[in-house]
Amino acid sequence: MSEKNIYLPYLMKVEKITQEAPGVKTFKLKFVNDEDSSSFNFAAGQFGEYSVFGVGESTFCIASSPTRKGFIECTFRQVGKVTSALATCEEGSIIGFRGPYGNTFPIDQWKGKNLLYIAGGIALPPMRCVIWNTLDLRENFKDITIIYGARTVADLVYKPELEEWSNRPDVRLVTTVDPGGETPDWKGEIGFVPTVLEKIAPSSQNTVAIVCGPPIMIKLTFPVLEKLGFTDENIYTTLENRMKCGFGKCGRCNVGKYYVCKDGPVFTGKQLKELPDEY
Amino acid sequence: MVKKASLEKLFAALKHQGKTMFAPLLKNGKVLYDITDNFSEIASDYIQTTQSAKAVVFPRTEKLFNYTKEKEGVTIKDFDPQSVPETVLWGVRPCDAAGFAPLSAIFNWDYKDNLFNTRLKNTTVIGFSCNKADEYCFCTSVGGNPGSAAGSDILFTKLGDTEDYLAEIITEKGQAVVAIAPELFEPANDVEKEKYLANVPVKFNREEISKKLAAFFESDLWAEQSMRCLGCGACAYVCPTCACFDIQDESHGKNGTRVRCWDSCGLSMFTLHTSGHNPREVQSQRWRQRLLHKFSYMPDRLSVYGCTGCGCCSRACPVDMNILEHLISIQEIKK
Repeated sequence: MSEKNIYLPYLMKVEKITQEAPGVKTFKLKFVNDEDSSSFNFAAGQFGEYSVFGVGESTFCIASSPTRKGFIECTFRQVGKVTSALATCEEGSIIGFRGPYGNTFPIDQWKGKNLLYIAGGIALPPMRCVIWNTLDLRENFKDITIIYGARTVADLVYKPELEEWSNRPDVRLVTTVDPGGETPDWKGEIGFVPTVLEKIAPSSQNTVAIVCGPPIMIKLTFPVLEKLGFTDENIYTTLENRMKCGFGKCGRCNVGKYYVCKDGPVFTGKQLKELPDEY
Repeated sequence: MVKKASLEKLFAALKHQGKTMFAPLLKNGKVLYDITDNFSEIASDYIQTTQSAKAVVFPRTEKLFNYTKEKEGVTIKDFDPQSVPETVLWGVRPCDAAGFAPLSAIFNWDYKDNLFNTRLKNTTVIGFSCNKADEYCFCTSVGGNPGSAAGSDILFTKLGDTEDYLAEIITEKGQAVVAIAPELFEPANDVEKEKYLANVPVKFNREEISKKLAAFFESDLWAEQSMRCLGCGACAYVCPTCACFDIQDESHGKNGTRVRCWDSCGLSMFTLHTSGHNPREVQSQRWRQRLLHKFSYMPDRLSVYGCTGCGCCSRACPVDMNILEHLISIQEIKK
């Protein structure tokens, strides 16, 4: 058989570790082999299997933009076995990465439109890729608005980037924390993401909304978007289900007949409404 | 045509060629595939093996690759296709041989799984038609029959109480087997194979069921049918087409292996998220997944059904959940 072993990971060196929030870290990963680095390509929205040798694999989106070459980044919260092992890695550690898998955000179709990004909690990382991708191609898009909420100020990830986005004249950033999660010097909004979205009421005219967050946030955000005039075709989200293989074989990420790993992780609001409740 | 005595010679000739011989052996009251050099060990009086033959092409635990962790980094030793032995699966029932097609579909519908493909390529399947069946058998309802050659390289059919077996040479691999000992094979004249086969009446129409199931996601049926399901996963482990797996690391000091091992959609943790959220939190949802995957999702996505009617799952079920009964009851629902 000439085909290669599809379970074989790339070897990646942990180049830089950033502590984003309590229990949340970002790894900047470089390919150990130069040939892998130059042949590797991905698009916004795709994910991979990150592994600690001896512990196992875990699934996250690629959090860096495909416009930034030579490395990838991932952001994860330390919760389970593999993420706990990842959290003990140091700069210079070697980990495994398989990917990219899954479909992508159709950013070519978004040209000439306004973009509204809505993210909650640890769901900013899967959206950060497409945010930077569109910011790096800024001239292709009209207004870019980012609404990002976390439980507390401490839980906000990518703080230096939030600062950078808030200072950019070509980005409107609205940050919010849940009531009680604010600090005395907090300047952002206080309230849940759907409430804040309703309050700032961005126009749905020529706009696509990209929503990513915990299931409850998604459920409450969709009706607000509808009220603002967004059609289901103009809403995008990225789903997460437990995965092992990432390419449609291990059999656990399916939602009805659709595989999150193959047909997703990016789905439109229209597709989401047609999916059975299995995610 | 082959004489009974020649089967043993053929087995010995294949063994002599250096092939790894898997055959159904009677062990502790169960008939299971295992490696054997001894033809007389092979079980003869049974309906179907307890486990399917899939483990030969999709092992219960399979090394994906090895790795060594050193101070300077990690070295990976890839899976070596050369390490997969030439294997003969002897005595495979048609319903079991029919499982290789859906397995191949799963392992090749998009990404090509070269571990599975290498094992399948290196495996020669010697099928034996069924002369008898039991109440769990329903191959004829899912596109098979007790004398079906699909999936076999050679199919032998015992011709009643005679010492004769009809030999059907199906594939090039089958011809290669004949070429090893051509003197054992005689020409067959007008054999009416069908009259020697087991009688397995058709119990349902799978296309009709498939069509119905697509609209049954939110049905009370699943809770009713799975009330006594323990969620043990045995049905998936014995199934010739179930291919769901887990990926795990096994480490010994600085050395380790990444393995994949059989898993089951019937197990409660199969879809459990790290957050604690579980898209299939109760057993009825898992039972629904099992039936829909086999009879709706697979035909829809892979153009192949995930059930061969072997009945292994029903025979293995500790609480006697009978998939055939459940499929018949779905067929009977008026809509």
